[in-house]
Amino acid sequence: MIKDRYDVVIIGSGPGGLAAAITARQNGAQDVLIIERDLEPGGILLQCIHNGFGVEIFKQDLPGPSYAQRFINEAKSVGVDWLMDTMVLDVTPDRRILAMGKHSGMVEVQAKAVVMAMGCRERTRAQIRLPGARPAGVYTAGTAQRWVNVEGYMPGKQFVILGSGDIGMIMARRLTFEGAKVERVLEIMPYLTGLTRNYVQCLLDNDIPLQLRHTVKRIIGRKRVEAIESVMVDERWQPIPGTEEIIPCDTLLLSVGLIPENELSRKAGVNLDPITGGPFVDDGFQTNVPGIFSAGNVVHVYDLVDWVTEAGRTAGKRAALYAQGKLPPDNKRVQLKAAENVRYVVPHTMNSVSLTEGDVRLQMRVRQPIEEPVWVEVRSGDKLVARKGEPYARPGEMVTMTLTAKHYEDVQHANELTVAVIKR
Amino acid sequence: MSQTCDVLIIGGGVVGCMVARFLSQYDQKIILIEKEADVGMGASSANSAIIHAGHDPLPGTLKAAMNTRANPMWDTVAAELSVPFERRGSYVVASRPEQMARLEELLQRARQNGVPGAVILTGDELRTREPALSPEACGALFTPCAGLIDTLLISLAAAENALQNGVQILLETAFEDFLFEGRRIVGVRTNRGEIRCRWVVNAAGLFSDEVMHKAGVRPDFRITPRRGEYCILDQAETSIHNVLFPVPSEVSKGILVLASLHGNTLVGPDSQLVAEKDNEDITPQGMEEIWNGAAQLVPSLNPRHVIATFAGLRATGNASTPGLDYHHDFIIEIPAEVQGLVNLGGIESPGLTAAPAIAERVIELLRDAGEKLTPRKDWNPIRTPRPRFRELSRAEQAALIAKDPRYGRVICRCELVTEGEIVAELHGPIPARTYDAIKRRTWLGTGRCLGSFDMPRVVQIMAQELGVSPIEITKRGVGSNFLTRPTKAVEE
Ligand SMILES: Cc1cc2nc3c(=O)[nH]c(=O)nc-3n(C[C@H](O)[C@H](O)[C@H](O)COP(=O)(O)OP(=O)(O)OC[C@H]3O[C@@H](n4cnc5c(N)ncnc54)[C@H](O)[C@@H]3O)c2cc1C
Ligand SMILES: Cc1cc2nc3c(=O)[nH]c(=O)nc-3n(C[C@H](O)[C@H](O)[C@H](O)COP(=O)(O)OP(=O)(O)OC[C@H]3O[C@@H](n4cnc5c(N)ncnc54)[C@H](O)[C@@H]3O)c2cc1C
Repeated sequence: MIKDRYDVVIIGSGPGGLAAAITARQNGAQDVLIIERDLEPGGILLQCIHNGFGVEIFKQDLPGPSYAQRFINEAKSVGVDWLMDTMVLDVTPDRRILAMGKHSGMVEVQAKAVVMAMGCRERTRAQIRLPGARPAGVYTAGTAQRWVNVEGYMPGKQFVILGSGDIGMIMARRLTFEGAKVERVLEIMPYLTGLTRNYVQCLLDNDIPLQLRHTVKRIIGRKRVEAIESVMVDERWQPIPGTEEIIPCDTLLLSVGLIPENELSRKAGVNLDPITGGPFVDDGFQTNVPGIFSAGNVVHVYDLVDWVTEAGRTAGKRAALYAQGKLPPDNKRVQLKAAENVRYVVPHTMNSVSLTEGDVRLQMRVRQPIEEPVWVEVRSGDKLVARKGEPYARPGEMVTMTLTAKHYEDVQHANELTVAVIKR
Repeated sequence: MSQTCDVLIIGGGVVGCMVARFLSQYDQKIILIEKEADVGMGASSANSAIIHAGHDPLPGTLKAAMNTRANPMWDTVAAELSVPFERRGSYVVASRPEQMARLEELLQRARQNGVPGAVILTGDELRTREPALSPEACGALFTPCAGLIDTLLISLAAAENALQNGVQILLETAFEDFLFEGRRIVGVRTNRGEIRCRWVVNAAGLFSDEVMHKAGVRPDFRITPRRGEYCILDQAETSIHNVLFPVPSEVSKGILVLASLHGNTLVGPDSQLVAEKDNEDITPQGMEEIWNGAAQLVPSLNPRHVIATFAGLRATGNASTPGLDYHHDFIIEIPAEVQGLVNLGGIESPGLTAAPAIAERVIELLRDAGEKLTPRKDWNPIRTPRPRFRELSRAEQAALIAKDPRYGRVICRCELVTEGEIVAELHGPIPARTYDAIKRRTWLGTGRCLGSFDMPRVVQIMAQELGVSPIEITKRGVGSNFLTRPTKAVEE
């Protein structure tokens, strides 16, 4: 039976939500409820039947569903309530949750703390204002992935993929295994936007050509895609006349980015960062609305599931403490600001006291690729607080930096910390 | 197949469907044929959705007469057909002081056309009503009687009500030629056989020129498609409350910015002549033009918030208005060259607005031609709609779920469309047979994810309800299938 009051309610049962639920229970929350709109828990992992999950956390290379299953089992063993096939429609700033499902009907619950873990959605052709006709056969890569891996149907025979994001590259390989022809992967940027390991394993190993600085100029076909016209672009993303090429295909897959899914967060009064598309959060993933936390792709888009799990754990723990009135007092907020070559840093603020309890991991994305050794630097004014080296920095791969107890003094005295990624 | 009827209507756009619906009041046997898999797939669902006040068309034209006559009809028509409609009024905004004189001209035009309530507002008054408006805006012509209609639904709603009153609707049935006895039209040949009739109504939209030429009527009349592209912006990001036009040019009403009935902001259309009657392409030039136009009215609009793009084709004709130097008027006539044809042509904007008046005019023309149209006692003007979940109160929603749990499962998360609604449309009076048909009936897939969430789910529900393989499900009819084969099948 679903109760009408919970200590912690988690919205979404992807890796972020599952980790939050487990950790909330382990940190003293008595009643924890997970609400999930799909039939099964696991989130996007259920359609990621390729391996590559869990390398950091389990030191094992698992397929998506196996990774998810470990957490589903753990959640079951620590004891949480589940409301599946149920979509959350509304969350108020005072944490009343309205949800609805085919079997659950209309449900209202009151939570002491909420963890938003709704994941993200894919950018569409409209968001990049892709020109041409609007026939069947233009799909986001994730939709195609669901068709192939969950429903068991092929969405086409001959493919062009726009965007070198991970889902696109993974689908290129998957479709090839299924006997389809993937003609080309086109990427408008001068660099790969997904992980290098996916480029090697998915494209190189299957002889699928990648064309950087290329995009789709026009979709051709009235009923079903018949071809696309590709074109090369200059430094300012303008098409270069004379470089057009007609590529016959019946399907165009789009892997052109993900957007955190924050419609519910807005309804709850959560402020969103226009750069990440996710909420402004502190180091416990609490938003500006007290008692509302968020974790995973809903905050910013991760490339490795392990970091999502870690974020879920932090949010789940803090949510449980909040629900019990045990969150440490918010004595000093330090702002974290993106500086040279950093597009954004999450969290946006931190409480210096957190460092006395454990590490705080800063997560960031760089603006420009640097293909030589770099420093990741955290400064307070001119003072260097922390620094670590990386062999390179690429926009497609999240950069992290961990602050520990030894940085406590510096953080304690700072109002603002800046983070930069620069050549060594 | 050989069928007989009194009146055969070619074309299931808003005009053909309204003609069918209004004519169904009388004791006539009526058949409407539509070449596509659903009604309302042409211009009638790709436009600005405005029920125009009538200050734009040149006084003395059929466009002006039909616009002014139709505008007051919409409260009744929309209510009877259960189609969302709101009279929000519209603003023609002057962005430079020298345009104020043009507003005076438009005000005169509005008065000549008999548009009630038109007034000129100052820039300050304007900005209190629409704070996002450009600081440059110095005044506007406000016409309170302009409205917005659910344009995806209107053709279907009219067709359903016609069907209820005995009209036969034949989809995927294309007119090919007329059958003559002497100069009298006695029927038509379609891809599915002949249909005998006493009257044919040409409501073929973009193709109305080709249809009339087959009857030997107006060989000089030509329709040149004029494409208009649009962007739709996320309602969570932008909030515009009104219908805003710039000061019009001679050829077009210009790029407008408006709050749609769904709350999303609509921006467009440009006006581009195209060669093909199926060229609904989105183009970078078009996008740039509408974006520049929109920015003049509302500078804060951000292209990052675009959630959908589409284009529609205006059926611009070259029919002259007697006594005026105007050459793009509607044709609404019973031509003298043949017998048995009600000829409509060049029904571009304000054709959506004008549709009910055009339907009434068709009835008058038939009467003038000697048809004895006897009203049917059992005519029912009211269409019974299916529930639209998101428009119900919480209590009504809960009651609906209790009755049919399928209304509890959300399939389109952006527009809140449930499985129950999809199933209801698959078994509706004019059953939805394609994905786009469900989209027009429910607005599913029109939100910010553009259907990437609902598409696999809808295809699955359709296959299950229709008892076919998912591979057979199409986006918009023959040849537009979503899927090609099951996985792990060996290809021939
Ligand atoms: C195609 C793809 C391939 C990937 N490949 C790899 C890889 O090889 N290795 C790797 O480490 N990482 C990979 N990732 C990244 C990793 O899988 C994701 O970062 C991670 O799954 C995100 O977890 P999440 O919990 O934030 O969101 P999700 O897994 O998306 O879960 C969100 C959940 O919330 C539910 N939900 C949303 N809104 C509501 C609502 N209103 N009511 C109820 N429920 C709701 C959704 O149904 C979903 O189940 C991949 C990601 C994708 C998309
Ligand atoms: C960009 C744009 C913006 C507009 N904005 C507005 C506005 O805000 N307000 C307004 O009042 N008007 C507006 N209009 C005009 C309005 O949309 C049209 O005037 C109206 O929809 C025309 O309806 P119709 O039924 O004549 O044409 P259509 O909707 O094109 O219908 C014609 C039908 O005939 C069918 N057909 C064609 N040939 C055959 C054949 N051989 N056999 C069988 N069937 C056939 C077609 O498939 C089609 O379904 C706009 C138009 C455009 C393009």
